[in-house]
Formats: sequence, C-alpha cells, structure tokens
Amino acid sequence: MMSGKNRTATRQKSRISTGRRRFLQGIAATGVVATLSRPTFSEGRGSEGLGAELAVLTGDHFELVIDSLPANFTGRRVTATGINGSAPGPILRWREGDTVTIAVTNRLPSPTSIHWHGIRCPAEMDGVPGLSFAGIAPGETFVYRIPVRQNGTYWYHSHSRFQEQTGIVGALIIEPRDAEPIEFDREYAVLLTDWTDENPDTVYANLKKQSDYYNYNKRTARTFFSDVKLHGLHKTVSERLAWGRANMSPTDVADVTSATYTYLLNGKPPGANWTALFEPGQRVRLRFINGSSMSFFDVRIPGLPMTVVQADGNAVQPVTVDEFRMGPAETYDVIVQPPADSAYTIFAQPLSRGGYARGTLAPRIGMTAGIPPLDPLPMRTMKDMGMGAMAMNGMKKNGMAGMQGMPGMDAAQTSMKGMANDSMPTMQMDAANHSENSNMASMKMVSPGSTSGSEKIGTNPFPQPGPHTARLGVDAPSSPIEVHRPPAMHVGPSTVMVAMHPTARLNDPGDGLNENGRRVLTYADLRARYPGVDGRQPSREIELHLTGNMERYVWGFDGYRYSQAEPVHLKLGERVRIVLINDTMMEHPIHLHGLWGELENGHGEFLPYKHTFVVKPAERLSYLISADTPGRWAYHCHLLYHMKSGMFRTVIVS
Amino acid sequence: MSWVVIREWRRALCLATLLALPATLATLGQTLPESAPDPAKPVPPNWPAPVHDNEVFDYVSFNQLEGRLTGPQPIFRWDGEGWIGTNKNKLWIKSEGNVTNGIMSDGDHEALYDRPIPHLRYFDWQAGVRADLDSGPARTWAAIGIQGLAPYSFDFEPTFYVRDGGHVAGRLEGLYNLHVTQRVILQPQLEMNFYSKPDPARGIGTGLSDLDSGIRLGYQISRKFAPYIGFTYSSTFGDTATFARRAGEPVHVSSLVLGIWIWR
Repeated sequence: MMSGKNRTATRQKSRISTGRRRFLQGIAATGVVATLSRPTFSEGRGSEGLGAELAVLTGDHFELVIDSLPANFTGRRVTATGINGSAPGPILRWREGDTVTIAVTNRLPSPTSIHWHGIRCPAEMDGVPGLSFAGIAPGETFVYRIPVRQNGTYWYHSHSRFQEQTGIVGALIIEPRDAEPIEFDREYAVLLTDWTDENPDTVYANLKKQSDYYNYNKRTARTFFSDVKLHGLHKTVSERLAWGRANMSPTDVADVTSATYTYLLNGKPPGANWTALFEPGQRVRLRFINGSSMSFFDVRIPGLPMTVVQADGNAVQPVTVDEFRMGPAETYDVIVQPPADSAYTIFAQPLSRGGYARGTLAPRIGMTAGIPPLDPLPMRTMKDMGMGAMAMNGMKKNGMAGMQGMPGMDAAQTSMKGMANDSMPTMQMDAANHSENSNMASMKMVSPGSTSGSEKIGTNPFPQPGPHTARLGVDAPSSPIEVHRPPAMHVGPSTVMVAMHPTARLNDPGDGLNENGRRVLTYADLRARYPGVDGRQPSREIELHLTGNMERYVWGFDGYRYSQAEPVHLKLGERVRIVLINDTMMEHPIHLHGLWGELENGHGEFLPYKHTFVVKPAERLSYLISADTPGRWAYHCHLLYHMKSGMFRTVIVS
Repeated sequence: MSWVVIREWRRALCLATLLALPATLATLGQTLPESAPDPAKPVPPNWPAPVHDNEVFDYVSFNQLEGRLTGPQPIFRWDGEGWIGTNKNKLWIKSEGNVTNGIMSDGDHEALYDRPIPHLRYFDWQAGVRADLDSGPARTWAAIGIQGLAPYSFDFEPTFYVRDGGHVAGRLEGLYNLHVTQRVILQPQLEMNFYSKPDPARGIGTGLSDLDSGIRLGYQISRKFAPYIGFTYSSTFGDTATFARRAGEPVHVSSLVLGIWIWR
C-alpha cells in the first residue's frame, strides 16, 4: 500500500516539515474511508507531537493493513510490525452509536489479529485467535463489525503471539454520542509502549532459561556494604538471608527492563521529545494508554497537578494527583491546565526504573523542560509476600518459613468475602485493612443475589454508565451467595508462594510510591461519575489465585497454566463477584475481555468500571461482573510474557 | 377491502423477506463470520490455541570450559549441560571430561529424563543413563538424582548411580553465583564422587574417590558470555589416590584457570 520510505517516516524524525506531515496525513486517508481529525485534534496537529505524526482515522469504516516495516527506535535499524505503515498504528476515533466496520488485512507471513481492548462487542468480533475466530491468515482480510455502545479512551492491539511487542498497538478513542461531559480545550492521546530490538521470542526464551536475565538491579556484594552502612549489619544480613532462603529477590520488580527496553511515548523515544501544544490556561485532556507489553509506568508531569477524570474509558469523579501508576492495558484520562507560558515534561518511568518515556507539553515547538531524575528502584518487602504486619517479627525468628506451605486461606479472609461491600463501604475497607489480624468470622453474612424473578436483567448487554442510564435490579430478591474457591493452595513447581495473609491494598499506590512526597492515585480514589447500571448483588463468587514461579518462568491461575485448566463458566445474565488473590511477588494487570468489572473499592453504587485490574503482590481484590454478553472471552494477565506462559483462562458466558 | 390489500401486502413483504434472507446471509458470509458461534460448543478444530503455554525450549550451557594452566600438565576441561523440552518434561544431557596430552579422562556423559518434583518449588528429579566414555574402559550406569536451587540460591545436584556387579556410585555437585556487582560473578564450585566398590581398571577405589573444587571470577560481557579467571583444586583420596600414585599421576592438583561461561 505504501513504500518503506513512507512507513519509516512516521517514527524516525522528531522534526518533520509541514509538507511531509501533510503527505503522511494523506497516506492515512488513502484508500481509507476516513476523514482527518476533528477540531479537537487538529489543534494538536499543528505541533510536532505525534498527534501530528500518527494518523488519526475517523468515520465508521476503517481499513487497516498489517505489515512488517523497517524501524529505528534505538539507533539500530530493525524490523517492526505495524498498521498502515506505522508502529504504533493510527489513532482510531469512533463515535458512540455508530456501527463501525474495520477491514483488517494481513500482509505478514504469519497469522495476525486485532483485539479491541475494553470494547464491549459481540464475542466473534473480539479478535482473539482460538476463542473469537480463527485469526487472520496471511493475505486474508477480516472485517470486524462492532456496534459502538460506549465512549472513552481505549486501545487496540494484536492478540497473536508477540506482535503487540513489535508494534501492533494503537489508540482507540470513542467520542460520546451526547455532549462530552468532560470539559477540555485540547486533547492528546499519550500511548506508552516498551520497545526491544531483540526478537520477542528471544526475550521470552531468555526469561524461560534465566528469569533474572534482564534484572541488572540485583543485590550484590557491593550493595551489601552500602546496605550495612544504611541499615546496620544485623538487619542487612537477616533480611538477605530471609530473601535468600526463599530464592527470591526484593529487586525483582519487573521481568523485562531497560536492559533491553526503550520506552516510547506515542512511538517516540525520549530523545525525540514528542510534544503537545497548549496555550496557557487551556484545559488539556491527556488520554494516557499503557500499551506496553511488560511495563508498569509511574506517570507524572512535574509542576503540574493532573485531574484524573476517566479510568479505562469510564468517567470517574475528578481526583487531582501528582502521579499515578498504570499497569499494562490500563488507561487514564487526565485534565491538566498549564498556567504558565512554559514547558512541562510528561515523565513516565517504568517500575524497574533504568529508563523512561518522555514527552513535553509546551506552548511552542522546540521548548523543553527539565527531566527529573529517576526515582529509586522500588523494593519488595514482606508486605508483598502476604506476611502482613507480622512479617518483620516472623522474619527475625524463622526467616520466611511461615510462608511456604501455608494453605493461605483462613477465616479472616473468607469472612470478608461474604460482606456486601456495596452497602458497607467503611466496614469493607476496615476489614480489608485489618484482615491479617482480625477474626471476623462472626460477621460472615449472606449477600442477596438474583433469583428467577430477575433473570431477564443482564441477558442483554448493559449500557455503559452515563448521565442517562438507570440502575436496574436494585430490588432483586436475595439468595445465598455461592462461593467457588480453588482447593487448598500449596506451593510447588508452579506456585512459589501462597500469600498467608493477603490484604486489600486499594489505599496503597504501590511499591515505591508510598511517602515519595507526591500525591499518588490509588484504586480507592476511583469513584465512578455515574452510578453502576446493575444494582443486583452477586449470586456467585469465584476466587482465583494468581500464581507463578519466577525461577521456572511459569505463570497461571490457581497453580495451573491455560492448557492445564478448564474454562470458567458463567451463566448468561448472572452477577458474579470475582476475587483475585495474588500469590506472587509481582503486580499483575488482569484483563477480562468483553465484560466490565466493577472494582469493589467501597464507593457504594459508584464502583468504578474497569477492564483491567492491577493486583498488587499479596493483594486480595474483588470486583463484580455482569455476565451480560455470551461468548468465549479471554481472561488473562496483560503482562505479555505472563500470558504467553499460561496466565490465561477462557471465560465462557452462555 | 383496503384492509385486505394491506394484509396481503404485509404477507408478501414477509415472504419476500424470508426469501431474501438466505441471500442476505450469504452476502454477509463473505465478510462476516457465518453467525454468532455458540460459546458452549467446542471451538472449531482448525482454530489455534489462544496461547501456547507449553512450548519446547532448548538450552545448552558450559559452566566450565577452561584451561587449567599451571598444574603439572595443562588440562583442558569442560563441564556442560543442556536440555530440551517443555515445562514438565525435559531431556537433559550432561557431559564433562578432561583432556591432557591428547588423553581423555573423567569422561562422564549422561542422558536423563527430567520432571519437576510436586510440592517442591525449585527441584526436578532426573533419571536415565550415565556412560563413562574416555580413554579408559567404558562403563554404563543407571542414574537417578535431583537437580535444582536449594535455599539461598545454591545450585545443588546429587545423583546416584548403579551398574552391573552391584556397583553403586554417588556424585554431589554444588555451586553458588555470588554477584559482586551486576556483571561480576564470583562462583565457588564443588564436585565429589563416591564409589561402593573399587574399579581398578579405571583407577577407582572405594569411598570418596575424588573432589574437584574451584573458585572463579567472571565478568558477564553479556548474560550469555562471561570470561572468567579462577583457581581450582582437585584431589583423589584413599585407594583412588593410591591408584593415581602408581600410575604416576599427581594426587593433589591446584591450578590457575582461564575459561568462559557460555550458554544459549
């Protein structure tokens, strides 16, 4: 469709002439039933920012061509895979209420697919090879047809092998049918990705053979002496012995790091300085999308508070923060209002530090602001092992013996599950915070659930909560909740630990973000702007453990890989609580295709709707889902190599 | 009368729609999947798995690929291992040996089936055959052992061997990788061999026959390639030492070594 020269143009040059830019825009429209940007984006387009360089496709029919293309993100010429000649691909803008068709043509020598992340579409349009369809064979075109019944910031990516890592990702923005409730003067999509010049198959093989391959932040003899200086000999030795005994490392915060990754903002390495323009006083909406394969990002704009207005495409009550952490596949929309005629740095450092993605908000092209130093590497603590408050004492006495072989589930946690936290926000939080030492068995209660009378509710897809949606099923008669829990968890080759005392960590911004002097977003801060649409209490509760063995590099649910496990069955129309317990030392962004999850974070009928939930180490997190769309849905960790190694389930709604 | 006309017209329309439906579906079929699949039914057999989580990998590693330079005679030594397989089922190949003046000794080659041990996090059991193949007479053993990561990240590998004539042997191997810096590794290593019966043809006595130990300091130019310098000490004991003395071989050998750690 277009020459290699044109393909590379989008990524290689940070400065790009107007003429050439127009040319690129022209390409975007070539053979594509799409018009160029709406006014909101055209303002940004005047800049050098990637708003200008990434094509923006709008309309209700799209033609996407997937092909390999030469790329250069690091100074080395490599081959990427991209969409319509660019990696990341063009920004797609849909309009709520339209039925969009997207013809995706595969010019790769291998099968491909596009999954619309967070989009509530018919299952056969979800784009997961093996679950929704057969995939798109080389040379073939698949036409997706999606009635758009939601709005917000989303993204799309390949669901085939490691193509997501090599560039088949893009921003997907859906304009609301009604007037935009969020006020802003300009908007930009900010897509964060991680790029490696290595073949992702090699990355994966390296992890399989030496899981700490990319960790250059290990504790060493050298850091031993600095730790002794800092914490004293006794504490340093006992702590090292405790970690050593479990064959774990507190510096193991990310499997793949800047040792191979270059972090990109809208496809641009930090040096290329993607720039978004504003006029002082304007409200600028930044649509942050973490489209990375393996990187959690801590995002901030030094000197500029950010007001979070949307999470995973759903409006939330505005909350102003200095910083937020986003897991792979999460999206956050923030409003910033730069007061002065000066530049601001958009700074996104991965959890493993070592590198960063960076862009600039500036009144004029060419302006830059200072780049802050990287924060210290977050360290795992006993909290991450689910040792709770007792960790330090226990550690001194007997290392981490208590961790291994503990069945993990005890009365304190089970009691929490029964609590209908919708109606008891305060209590739920309390219980969660003190779960490690409170015996709340006596408070175990039965939640109401749907009965035959309410079966009609939920068998058709619920709308996304909005200004005009109603809350249904509130009066549904109650029935006892049915709890499904895996058999007693134990350690083994696929499960290196079972969190003895998993706790709620909703108030915790995450490892390395506590007491950093900044106001950091937490999951507890997310309160939906509109009430949830399904007012029913869950009739079932399904508990799943996130498990893994870093050393062997196997990941799964309940100690089993995808190919060892049966699908999770949901009955069409039922309301279910999913409880996730993280028995690993890492955060996992868990994504369920096709259905919303409502995070039980104590906000009553204003639980935030999300498609991807980050579960922190040793955390117990729960959310409600309405199984309102039939299909085979993928349910997986959105860390690409975790998914690949088995942290994946099929959820069947029928 | 007009009412009848309307009814007729509606009937005709219904009929037309019904007739047109297959055609419509046929057109749709060209661009869209035939119909919404029933999620409860198994996926069509020609669909791929959404994730392939049990792929076959292969691995080859030399933990010793070195020249022992300053002993009585320079020795070339290798100690390598490799595997091919999935998460649960692997075939391991291990090989070690010395070459001195074109004579090969201590040649030990094993082929083992390997599987993780349930309820243990970091250990696999292994079973298979060991062949002593070098310049001496050949021996074949049945082998069973475990290999994995002991607490504090010690690589630990005890193996037992049995062969005809009621011979039983044991080998214990261990090593530790101490990170001095992110790329500088200090590696103490130890190997010991035990035999239940003497085998004079191979110069082996009963009990602890030999020990090979070393400490090596390497620099990881990359994770997969690290030159090292080190010091090794090896010794034979008991009757094995006696056999060695008779053969005019040294009993205690210490040496400066240069080598590379390499894997893929």
